[in-house]
Amino acid sequence: MASLAASFGRGAMTNHWRDFKNSDVILVIGANPAENHPCGWKWAHVGRDERGTQIIHVDPRFTRTSAIADVYAPIRAGADIAFFGGLINYVLQNKLYHEDYVKLHTNAAFIVASGYQFNDGLFSGYDEAKRTYDPATWDYERVAPTAPGAGGQPAGSSGGAEALGPAAGAPSGGTQSPVAGGTPAGGAAPAAPVAYAKTDPTLQDPRSVFQLMKAHYARYTPEKVSEITGMPVEKFTDIAKRFGATGTPDKVGNVVYAVGLTHHTTGVQIIRGIGLLQLLLGNVGRPGGGVNAERGHANIQGNTDNAVSWEIFPGYLAVPKPGMNTMADYMAKVPAKASAPNAVNYFGTNYKKFMVSMLKAWYGDAAQPDNDFRYSWLPKPGKNSSWLTIHDEARNGTLDGLFAAGMSGLNIGPDSKRMSDSMGKLKWLVVMDPLPTATSEFWRAPGVDPKKINTEVFFFPATHWIEKDGSFVNSGRWAQWKWKVLDAPGQVKDDNWILGQLFLRLKALYAKEGGTLPDPILNLKWDYAKPENPSLDEIAQEINGFDLATGKRVSSFATLKDDGTTSAGNWLYSGSYPPEGNLMQRRGTSDPTGLGYFHDWAWSWPANRRILYNRASADANGQPWDRTRPGIRWNGTAWVGDIPDFPATSPPAEGKGSFIMTGEGVARLFAPGALTSDGPFPEHYEPMESPVHNAMSKVQNDPAVFLYKDAKDTFAAVDSEFPYVATTYRVTEHEHYVTQNVPYLVEAMPDFFVELPVELAEKKGITNGGKVKVRSKRGEVIGIALVTKRMRPLKVAGKTVYQVGIPVHWHFAGGKDTDPAAGKFRTTPEMANILTPYVGDANVRTPEFKGFLVDVEKA
Amino acid sequence: MSTELGLAIRRKSATPASSTGIRRDTVEIAKVVDIDLCIGCKACEVACKEWNDLPAEETSNFGSYQSHPDLTASTWDLMRFKEVELGDGDIAWLIRKDSCLHCSDPGCLAACPAPGAIVQYTNGIVNFDQTKCIGCQYCVAGCPFDIPRFDQKTKKVYKCTLCVDRVSASLEPACVKSCPTGAIKFGGKAEMVNYAAGKVDKLKKRGFDHAMLYDPSGVGGLHMMYVVPRGDRLGDYGLPSDPQVPGTFFSALSVLRKLGSISVWGGLLATGIFYLRTGRRRPPPEDEAVAEAERLGHQAVADAERERHESALSGDGPGGAGPAANGPAANGPAGSGPAATGPGQPTGPEVER
Repeated sequence: MASLAASFGRGAMTNHWRDFKNSDVILVIGANPAENHPCGWKWAHVGRDERGTQIIHVDPRFTRTSAIADVYAPIRAGADIAFFGGLINYVLQNKLYHEDYVKLHTNAAFIVASGYQFNDGLFSGYDEAKRTYDPATWDYERVAPTAPGAGGQPAGSSGGAEALGPAAGAPSGGTQSPVAGGTPAGGAAPAAPVAYAKTDPTLQDPRSVFQLMKAHYARYTPEKVSEITGMPVEKFTDIAKRFGATGTPDKVGNVVYAVGLTHHTTGVQIIRGIGLLQLLLGNVGRPGGGVNAERGHANIQGNTDNAVSWEIFPGYLAVPKPGMNTMADYMAKVPAKASAPNAVNYFGTNYKKFMVSMLKAWYGDAAQPDNDFRYSWLPKPGKNSSWLTIHDEARNGTLDGLFAAGMSGLNIGPDSKRMSDSMGKLKWLVVMDPLPTATSEFWRAPGVDPKKINTEVFFFPATHWIEKDGSFVNSGRWAQWKWKVLDAPGQVKDDNWILGQLFLRLKALYAKEGGTLPDPILNLKWDYAKPENPSLDEIAQEINGFDLATGKRVSSFATLKDDGTTSAGNWLYSGSYPPEGNLMQRRGTSDPTGLGYFHDWAWSWPANRRILYNRASADANGQPWDRTRPGIRWNGTAWVGDIPDFPATSPPAEGKGSFIMTGEGVARLFAPGALTSDGPFPEHYEPMESPVHNAMSKVQNDPAVFLYKDAKDTFAAVDSEFPYVATTYRVTEHEHYVTQNVPYLVEAMPDFFVELPVELAEKKGITNGGKVKVRSKRGEVIGIALVTKRMRPLKVAGKTVYQVGIPVHWHFAGGKDTDPAAGKFRTTPEMANILTPYVGDANVRTPEFKGFLVDVEKA
Repeated sequence: MSTELGLAIRRKSATPASSTGIRRDTVEIAKVVDIDLCIGCKACEVACKEWNDLPAEETSNFGSYQSHPDLTASTWDLMRFKEVELGDGDIAWLIRKDSCLHCSDPGCLAACPAPGAIVQYTNGIVNFDQTKCIGCQYCVAGCPFDIPRFDQKTKKVYKCTLCVDRVSASLEPACVKSCPTGAIKFGGKAEMVNYAAGKVDKLKKRGFDHAMLYDPSGVGGLHMMYVVPRGDRLGDYGLPSDPQVPGTFFSALSVLRKLGSISVWGGLLATGIFYLRTGRRRPPPEDEAVAEAERLGHQAVADAERERHESALSGDGPGGAGPAANGPAANGPAGSGPAATGPGQPTGPEVER
């Protein structure tokens, strides 16, 4: 999601599932929606039947998505940036880009400072010893500082904030949202003088983003793409032509992806590559277009939006870093500054309102203006606490305990053996899940000696989502309330009950014994009707937020204030539960535009907007690029259509920037500064384990990838004993690991299997339906060999490269012949992550589950 | 006119046709599986089991995405997977929902000697009544699509009911309800044929020159039809290109050769006698089958039909033919009967992936 924020300002799918029916071409890459998102995927079929939508599938494997696609092309796992670089180059060289859109809605015209360089695989500012970049040179050339707003509309003026009240311009006929008519917010605090970026609207300046991008990607010729990806040149050019044809105003293309693109050391930059392509073709912000991330669970988007993560608080507010000791420090360093005079810079301008409202939701009356709203109570961690790091700390003995709720770390990996060793070094482990998991049973897993494990493991049986109310937020940002279906059996308790108990007991202990900084615990706002069992409805209201003077729930984030008079657990969800009621429960089916917005169905963040950045669906005069598929349009007094993601009454002539969340006011082809750790433009590097040397530069791997101590010794090199490229994935019959407990689904897809090309199986004497052993430098698994023509040998840099597919659902503690509660397990090693390398993306440390090296043999 | 489940009955196995002449209009219903929309997710497989209380069976991956190698007495709906090469280096992965097609002229019903064990409702549903099933498995041989499955435990035969219980309560079948992409459509037969025609046109425009509606006339049409994008590859989908209602009783006896148990033979023959003495006098489906076979020019089929029909009418037959073992031989056509010569008889289940 970090990549989307770097490109557009927010980390989420830009469009939504229903919108797939509006596309002319859908490019699915690194995703298998027919198998993993079948209910949403149906809208692609509707599009094909109704308007002739073309479906292109690019994937290492020919899957059930390929089976119904119009065009399928194989690709080597981990070669996606080369593919997108090739498409970007093709579009630029053949002038297929949507020039008016690029000029109006992107930073193509911005001039990049002379310090920025790119040389044989490295961007300027690289420190080889530290394996990090100093991004100081990744910036625009700036004009002399001026007072904000000089020469253009004031950035972040009260007008901007007011107009952003959701739907001040109500959606057209019948879709009137209950949140319409948000009240104007107060004026924003005056900003310090800013230095705007220089621009060249003609795009001709050699230091313009456009020209630098053109030069950068000129290296990605179709032949080079084919050499790296293994995709035949004709296939590549066929796809480039088909997708490139969506660069005209009357055509729209949609790129759909999932973890097939993010599970790489270059994951963030791969998604940036999609962003660049879609911006060039003018496909962002438009019905039928977008960069559409498919999330892996029913509520992963809700989790990302609302959870406290190591780098973000709810609503994507940054966790403070060391040195940001006061709110003033934080505000000076974190929120984006306007880089263009016409930038709305809504996020940057209103950041403090959201932060203060969150602190009020957390600390209640204890948070006051004179104590900086208890900003000081927030942690300012100096370290990365990503998934890999947590387990690395456990391994190094610096982490005492772990609370695993609704997830099974041992399965999730990577490098399960290492993961298991790490867990065994914890003092305690709490697993909160409906059923025993591989994690809860790790201490007695096959091959593990319980006597050697000192970890005390607790299991809290918790309700499954079917046994409780609550909300799911789907990939398309729709928060949909759901209701309990079944009573939980036995003494199973809701998560909120368990957490309520835990909190009250911890608080009592802190009250009695004191301890290091007890204040945030003792003062945490916990005024639920039943403190020992907060209801999900109360929590939903808390997330929405209140006007503390009146006690009424707020109607939109536009009404949040930075003076402590409002609260909001997550500003992005302000408006989900206004005074009228819980909008997530809505089930209205009116769709007056026929474009599938369904504004009365549930509620989508932000502000019930269904397509993000929808100002970009219209031209400079506010008229839709394609009249048959308007996103929003200016009707003379207001923007109508979808809920505008733009100041609702700001006329086109005012010229405000269309991407309200960026300091530039436009989308970023070039991502300046610290938005990424590994470069302003996506550049191809090989996966940490690759069968070939990098054909683009001398730099083999992403230079900013963090290498955990002694993990790098577990990576296989080019031309090692592990010659085959492996990739992991899910199949439609199972949902992660839990469905191993569902007999009908075990019946439907019973056994761990490994997909192999026919040619490789023949070479190794492996027969279809027989057994195969797969080894990586980290371990081995044994499964049923599924020998198939769907796994195609590829020609990569003159070599034949075979790819091997390994689904993730199987493990010792579930499925056939097991009774995990009784300690009865399967002994064949079947966890895909036994094989995967302990390394993550350079930006967000998402592990490289796709594109690692293995060997196979008959078992 | 008898009804069950509130549905009007068109005909029953081994039962004289109703002579009341009362006509009750019933909308003929049908499913159509649009293979172009099907993603092979098996939701229908699981929904079928859940609704019909069928047990989960122990399966093993046999080198395929397919859950079971074949239909079973408790798996009435099976997604079949097959990879085919298209010749230009590209491949297709053909996925088909296999379950009872509910023929208008059901070969199973024609073959069934047990009165009322197979019922065809006027809405098109062909259903088995296990309380009346005698386990002879003639229906298995009589089905041109190889659908019914014998349960060794209960000694009865089972297949998809088209959720007759749900349909009679104005609900769609469970598979239809569970289908996430809307690939299984359900409604009036005419409406479904109409949908299919539109879809076939669209597929042709997309380059599927052989796209077709699969609703073969040899069995009088179907109540579970397919929109087949690659209509030139019916065999790869496991669909007979021109299925016929086989000759019934005698061809059913051909199954005896495969069975080889004297006790079963005896039982079957006893059943045969029972059938010939009490069976329908002028069963309309056979007449239609003969006419259809003649129309299609399948003389062997027509002849067999006629021969069987006449034999049935005369009340003379294999019943008096002494030792059970002589039964099939005496009647000749077992090996060359319509079931064997039917042009589209599906070959046995192959290991697909």
